[in-house]
Amino acid sequence: MNERPSFLLDGDEVPFEPGQTVMQAALAAGRYIPHLCYHPEFTPHGSCKLCTARINGRLMAACTTPAETATEVESETEELNDLRRTLVQMLFAEGNHFCPSCEKSGNCVLQALGYDLGVMTAGFRHFFPDRPVDASHPEILLDFNRCILCELCVRAAREVDGKHVFSLAGRGLGKHLIVNAESGRLADTDVKVTDKAVEVCPVGVILRKRVGFATPIGARRYDKSPISAQALADAPRPLERNHD
Amino acid sequence: MPDTPDELEPRVRRIISRWGHDPGALVQVLREVQEEFGYLPGPALTLVARLLRIPYSRAKGVASFYSFLSDEPLGAYRVLFSDNITDRMAGSDSLLEAMCYRLWAEPGKVSADGLVSIARTSCTGMCDQGPALLVNGRAITALTGERVERLCDLILARTPVAEWPAEFFAVHDNVRRADILLGHTQQPGDAIRAALQRGAAGWSEHAANERSWREAYVGAAQGPIATLEEIKRSNLRGRGGAGFTTGIKWEACRQATGLTRYVVCNADEGEPGTFKDRVLLTSHADLVFEGMTIAAYAIGASLGFLYLRGEYRYLLEPLEATLQRRRAANLLGNGICGQPGFDFDIRIHVGAGSYVCGEESALIESLEGKRGVPRNRPPYPVTHGYKQQPTIVNNVETLCAAALIAVRGGDWYRSLGTLKSSGTKILSVAGDVARPGLYEYPFGVTLRQVLEDCGGADTQAIQISGPSGVCVDATEFGRRIAFEDLPTAGAFTVFDASRDMFDVARNYAQFFAHESCGFCTPCRVGTSMLVASMDKIHAGNGTQHDVGEIDRLNKVLLMSAHCGLGHTACNPILDTLKRFRPAYERKLRSLDFAPAFDLDGALHRARKMTGRDDADAHLEAQP
Ligand SMILES: Cc1cc2nc3c(=O)[nH]c(=O)nc-3n(C[C@H](O)[C@H](O)[C@H](O)COP(=O)(O)O)c2cc1C
Ligand code: SF4
Ligand code: SF4
Ligand code: FES
Ligand code: FES
Repeated sequence: MNERPSFLLDGDEVPFEPGQTVMQAALAAGRYIPHLCYHPEFTPHGSCKLCTARINGRLMAACTTPAETATEVESETEELNDLRRTLVQMLFAEGNHFCPSCEKSGNCVLQALGYDLGVMTAGFRHFFPDRPVDASHPEILLDFNRCILCELCVRAAREVDGKHVFSLAGRGLGKHLIVNAESGRLADTDVKVTDKAVEVCPVGVILRKRVGFATPIGARRYDKSPISAQALADAPRPLERNHD
Repeated sequence: MPDTPDELEPRVRRIISRWGHDPGALVQVLREVQEEFGYLPGPALTLVARLLRIPYSRAKGVASFYSFLSDEPLGAYRVLFSDNITDRMAGSDSLLEAMCYRLWAEPGKVSADGLVSIARTSCTGMCDQGPALLVNGRAITALTGERVERLCDLILARTPVAEWPAEFFAVHDNVRRADILLGHTQQPGDAIRAALQRGAAGWSEHAANERSWREAYVGAAQGPIATLEEIKRSNLRGRGGAGFTTGIKWEACRQATGLTRYVVCNADEGEPGTFKDRVLLTSHADLVFEGMTIAAYAIGASLGFLYLRGEYRYLLEPLEATLQRRRAANLLGNGICGQPGFDFDIRIHVGAGSYVCGEESALIESLEGKRGVPRNRPPYPVTHGYKQQPTIVNNVETLCAAALIAVRGGDWYRSLGTLKSSGTKILSVAGDVARPGLYEYPFGVTLRQVLEDCGGADTQAIQISGPSGVCVDATEFGRRIAFEDLPTAGAFTVFDASRDMFDVARNYAQFFAHESCGFCTPCRVGTSMLVASMDKIHAGNGTQHDVGEIDRLNKVLLMSAHCGLGHTACNPILDTLKRFRPAYERKLRSLDFAPAFDLDGALHRARKMTGRDDADAHLEAQP
C-alpha cells in the first residue's frame, strides 16, 4: 500500500491529496489555520494574509500554497497570531465598523476572528472613509462601509452564479467594490437575491433587506461557538481512509 | 467633446478593430480611447465592454487601476508634475503652485473652465533633468519659473500641444561615463548572426533538445543551446533589481513544457530615480530588440513584448519605426537572417501609470488586459507566464548585455566586474551632484568613486536603487556596487548635508502608498498608515509612539505583504531612522502621547462662529 503523502503542521503529521493547498489539507484533517478570504467553495485568493504561516521557514499564505511532502508548517505561534491580530486591526481601521449597530454582528467573520484571536484594542487610528451605501435594490442592501475587499462575492458570482455582478475598482487604499452597471447601482444589475454572491459576504456589506434581526443578537452563529470550531465543523472532509 | 454615443461609436470601433477585438488588449484599447477623447466617458467604457464581450465592471475595474486612465473628464491640458524627491529638491512644488495660481486651478481638480487639470504623478524618469512634468502625456523637463510661464501662455492661448516649440520636449541622454554597453559599436544583426554562427561552429553534443520546436530543423539545433551556454558562462544576473541569474531563468523557460514561449522586456522603469532604460530605449533600441531576439532564439519563443511605461509614451513611434526597420532587414519576422524556423516578432505594450506593473507577474497580468495585481507564486512566469505559457521577463539592460555576450562570449563578459558580479552596471545618478546622468562602471566600483566622478560635494546620504533599495550615509561610501555588497537596479540619488532626510523618507512613503495595488491587507492598509504616521510627525504632532507604530507596520509588511512593493515599503523609513535619527527626533514631541491633530486649532471655527476669542474659548496651551 502507498504511504499517503503528508507534511508537518506545528509538529503533527497532516496527510494531503495531491493538488490540495496547505489550508485545505489542514482543515480536512481537523486542524484550524485562521483565515478570512479563504472559503472552501471557491478558488483561493490569498489577499487577506490572515493565514500566513511559516512553511519551511518562509512566510507564505497557507490558502494558496500547494501542500508538499517534507515540509514543516508552523501556524500556532505567538509571532503569527500577533501578525493576525494586527491584520484584523488594520481591516477594522480601514473601513467603518460600528459592530453594535451592525446587523451582521454575531454572524460576522471579521468580528469573530477578532474575538477568537483576542484582539483587545483598536490598535491604529481609523481612516473613517466616506463610503455611501447603495439601497437601490428592492431586496438587497449594500453597505460598503464594512467591505474588507476579500472578493468572496466576486468569486461566488463568477464561479457559482456565472455572472459578474461584483468587481473591484481603484487601487491601493482607494480600492473598492463596484457592481456591473454603468449607473453604479445594484438595482441595474442582473443580481438575484438567491445568488450565491449575496449569501457569501463574511461581513455586513451585502445584506438581504427585512431579515436583519430575525435571529436575535446572542443567538447568532459566532455567539454559540468560536469561529475556529465552526470552520472545522464546516470543512469538507475526505472519505475516511484506512491508515497503515 | 465627443458626446453623443453615436459620435463615440465609430471612433471606439476603429480602435477596437485595430486591436483585433482582443479582450487581452484591454489596457491598450482603454489607453487609446483615452487619447482619442481626453478621458474615458461612461458610454465609451460601456461600448468597449460590449465590443470586447467583457463585463462592464471589468472594463471599469481595469480603467480605475491605472493612474493615467480616468473615467472622469480631465482638463483639455492635463499637466502631471513628476513628484520624485529630486523634482521636489529642484523646486517642483513651487512651480506647481505658480502654475495653479496663473491658471486658476487647484491641484488634483479640473479648472472651472475645463481648460486644465494639474496634479502630481510618481517619478517620470527625468531625474537628471528635472523638475519635469507631463502634459497630455508628453514629457517636458528642466522646468524653471520662466519655462512654466511660457507653458501657461501656450495653455491660455489654447495652442495644441503638438504645436508647442520642439525645444520643450527635448530629453537628453546625459551619458557621462560609457563602458562596454553605452559605448558599444554593434550593428543591428551582429548579435543574431553571431548566435547563428555559434550554432554552426560545433556544440553538436548539446544539440539534441527536442523540447524546443526549433530543434526540428537539423543544423539549427546547436545555435540556441550554444547561445544559452554563453549566457550561462557569462554569469549575467538580472539588472531589474532581483538579480536572478539570467542563464538559469532562460534555461528553466526553455525546458518548461508549453504550447509556446514568450520573451518579455520589462521597460516599466518605475523605481523613482531610475532612468537608464529610457536612454537605452532612446539611443540603443536596436540593441534592446536584438537582446530580445537572442533570448527568443535561446528559449524557442516566437513572440515577444516590450512593456513600455506610460511615462515613455513619446518613445512609442520611434520604437515602432525601429521594429519596422528590423522587419525590413529580416532581423524580425519569419526565417530571421535566413535561418529556417527562426521566427520571432515583437509587440509594444504601453503601460498607463502603475509602478507595481514592473513586478513581473503584475506586468503579465497587465499584458493580458487586467488589473496589474501580482499573481500568487508558485507557479512562476518561467513555467506559467503570459497566457499561462513559459515566459521570461527581463530588464532592458539585461537584454542589452545578452546581445553583447552573444557576440563577444561569456568568458569575455565574466572577465569584467567582480567575481560574483560580472559585467558592468549603469547607474542613474541624480540629486545633489554637479553632473547628473548615466554612469556605466564595471561592478565593484565604490560609492566614493562615483561621487567623485559626478561631482557630489558635502554628501550626506545616497539612496541606492531607489526607495525600495537602501540608504547609506557617509561612513559607508567605501562600499561597492555589486550583488555581494550593494545590489542595485540603477538609481543613485545623492543628498547633500542641506537636505532633511525625513522629507526624503516621507516622499518615498507617499510613493509606496500611491502605488500599492491594494490586493493584500498589509500593503493596502499598511502603506497608507505609514504615510499617516509620517504626516503626523511632519506636522509636529509625532511622538515615540508613532515611531513604535512604524516599527510594527514594518514587521507586518515584511512578514505578510504579497509582493516586493510591500516588502520594501518600510525600507526608506527604517534606513533613515537608523542613520539619521535626529532628523526625526527634531520633529517629535517629547511626550509619550499627543493627539493626531491640534485640539485647540479644531475649535477655531467654533470661535469664529460665536465671535469669541477670550481665554475661556481656548484649550489649555499644549506643551
Ligand atoms: C514592485 C516591483 C517593481 C518592479 N519594477 C521593475 C521595473 O520597473 N523594471 C524591471 O526591470 N524590473 C522591475 N521589477 C523586478 C521584476 O519583477 C523582475 O524581477 C525583473 O524584471 C526581472 O528581470 P531581470 O532578471 O532582467 O532583472 C520590479 C519588482 C517589483 C517587486
Ligand atoms: S461587518 Fe462585522 S466587523 Fe464590521 S461592523 Fe459589522 S459586525 Fe462589526
Ligand atoms: S462585499 Fe463582502 S464579500 Fe464582497 S469583497 Fe466586500 S467584504 Fe468581501
Ligand atoms: S485566508 Fe489566506 S490569504 Fe486570506
Ligand atoms: S501586493 Fe499589491 S497591495 Fe499587496
